[in-house]
Amino acid sequence: MSEVKSKYLVDERGYFGKFGGAYIPEMLYPNVEELRRSYLEIMGSPAFKADFDHLLKDFVGRPTPLYFAGRLSETFGANIYLKREDLCHTGAHKVNNTVGQILLAQALGKKRVIAETGAGQHGVATATVCALMGIDCIIYMGEIDMARQKPNVERMKILGAEVRPATSGSKTLKDATNEAMRHWINNPQDTHYIIGSVVGPHPYPDMVARFQSVISEEIKWQLKEKEGKENPDHVFACVGGGSNAAGAYYHYLDAEEVNLVAVEASGLGNNTGKSAATTALGREGVLHGSRTLLMQTDDGQVVEPYSISAGLDYPGIGPFHAHLFDSGRGQFVGVTDEEAMNAGVLLSRLEGIIPAVESAHAISALGKVKLKETDIVVVNLSGRGDKDLETYIKWGKY
Amino acid sequence: MNRIDQAFLDKKERLLNVYYTAGFPNLEDTLDIAKALDAGGADLIEIGLPFSDPVADGPTIQESSTKALANGMTLNKLFSQLQDLREHVEVPVLLMGYINPVLQYGFEKFCAKCAEVGIDGLILPDLPMYEYEELYKDVLEKYGLYNVFLITPQTSDERIQKIDELSKGFIYMVSSASTTGAKKGISSEQINYFQKIKSANLRNKRLIGFGISDNESFSKACEYADGAIIGSAFIKLVEQDSSAENIKNYIQGVKSPLS
Ligand SMILES: Cc1ncc(COP(=O)(O)O)c(C=O)c1O
Repeated sequence: MSEVKSKYLVDERGYFGKFGGAYIPEMLYPNVEELRRSYLEIMGSPAFKADFDHLLKDFVGRPTPLYFAGRLSETFGANIYLKREDLCHTGAHKVNNTVGQILLAQALGKKRVIAETGAGQHGVATATVCALMGIDCIIYMGEIDMARQKPNVERMKILGAEVRPATSGSKTLKDATNEAMRHWINNPQDTHYIIGSVVGPHPYPDMVARFQSVISEEIKWQLKEKEGKENPDHVFACVGGGSNAAGAYYHYLDAEEVNLVAVEASGLGNNTGKSAATTALGREGVLHGSRTLLMQTDDGQVVEPYSISAGLDYPGIGPFHAHLFDSGRGQFVGVTDEEAMNAGVLLSRLEGIIPAVESAHAISALGKVKLKETDIVVVNLSGRGDKDLETYIKWGKY
Repeated sequence: MNRIDQAFLDKKERLLNVYYTAGFPNLEDTLDIAKALDAGGADLIEIGLPFSDPVADGPTIQESSTKALANGMTLNKLFSQLQDLREHVEVPVLLMGYINPVLQYGFEKFCAKCAEVGIDGLILPDLPMYEYEELYKDVLEKYGLYNVFLITPQTSDERIQKIDELSKGFIYMVSSASTTGAKKGISSEQINYFQKIKSANLRNKRLIGFGISDNESFSKACEYADGAIIGSAFIKLVEQDSSAENIKNYIQGVKSPLS
């Protein structure tokens, strides 16, 4: 992790522009404060860096390739590279963050790890590193998601994690997050909470973005090797909470000539009431400890989002992305279920890569942004489609 | 004088503060329960604003919030229910809730409405101290509202001092590291914490909440603080029977001196 300074990153108060902060009840304050005080020091220590680099290389399989997608390039009329996060161990970028946080949990002397998960990718990535380190692991997952994502539930159990159903509220990702926070309130001393995206109270969004920043750190030197320059014209990434996008943008934030394209899930369409496109439908609000953009009613109750992709099915985005949207630094694009599924099949046929449905949203957005023949485009392919086989089968149009 | 200060002047010890969720069990119960609490002998009242994602609450208050929202409770609705509050209720009334609905309503508009209907204080557990000082303190003061902060057994001494400086009315002592309603009874570890705070000579009055449910736990808490707060246990009571009679019997039972 090389140090980056940018006006788009967190300030000393824990804010990205006017978004972020730590809106937490006093019961969570000591845990979050312990983390806030220590994360930079721990992450900056030579021992931590050595362990992190070693695990990313030999356990996760980094660096992930930057692959020139020739047939995809012809189709969209630009020079398109895929950053192959789908080749990470466990099948998605999520593990970059869990490797970092498990080392942090160890450095803090924590005996147990908790996490929330929606699709199960972050849950699996967390259960994986807990198994690796021999640390107890409890994963909260919405009861509805547990039924939709059965194989991932079993993967977590095989890895030795306890999967606890979140039965409150809408029984999906935001409720799993609520339950994880409640667990943390009730077990303040011995537990570390591994949040799975750039959401939550400061320092989580900053910490998770730092762990994921390895993605753009690699893109820079890989592109230099292939194109003779570090900066592409566009970087595309899907945004649920925003961790893979934060990682893919991180080293390009101040290179204003690089267009940062953030792809949100529009579900059945933004005006159908079945969407998860936060920047299109949300307003400023506070959820899970940070001030950010949030889908909510006029009365400030959080709205249940919808997307075919469980990983994008979250009613907010991280403060990092709220700031990119608010400042105009990022270009936000919505992609519907149908467009994403078509793009998933297209990538499979053109390049022999079946993407995660989340990542298929990013691919689809290639058709929504004006690209020139000479443009160099990087799409962050955040995950592979194995976990989504059931979704592809139900979709059926291939 | 703020009614909260008046309450602590009038009564020197064993003040009982009762929390309940607005719009629960039925949408139109809000004012009736406040009246019954006032008539039944509660010394302060805390009305909870239901929120879709109450992370600091245990199952009882969560479920009451979900039910209240399903009943149609909103902030607009609440303020209209409380329009005549001060014709019926004398004791101090605080609103307790998560910050998001308040921000959507508009913080200043919210405070103005509170002052208009006769609310005396706010408890907004997820409003951070820094933001309170920078953005909201002046607004609260403008409308004569007190902001109550929480401390827990994990709160550092230094932070307790700071919270004591900022708090008005009283400090809400969370009895243990937990969500609301989680633990039953009072352990020796908790007694040590109560004792420590009691001898810290804080500027503010102190009420102990979380896990207080009956005469025994109330009396125990009152040995170490100016009074105590009951929430989940009261929610369970009104869920069964929210009549004024039942509420009065319960309050009297909780407050009666230990035999
Ligand atoms: C493959 C994949 N991509 C993207 C996401 C969305 O998360 P984020 O926006 O934090 O990258 C997920 C979440 O589960 C995922 O599994």
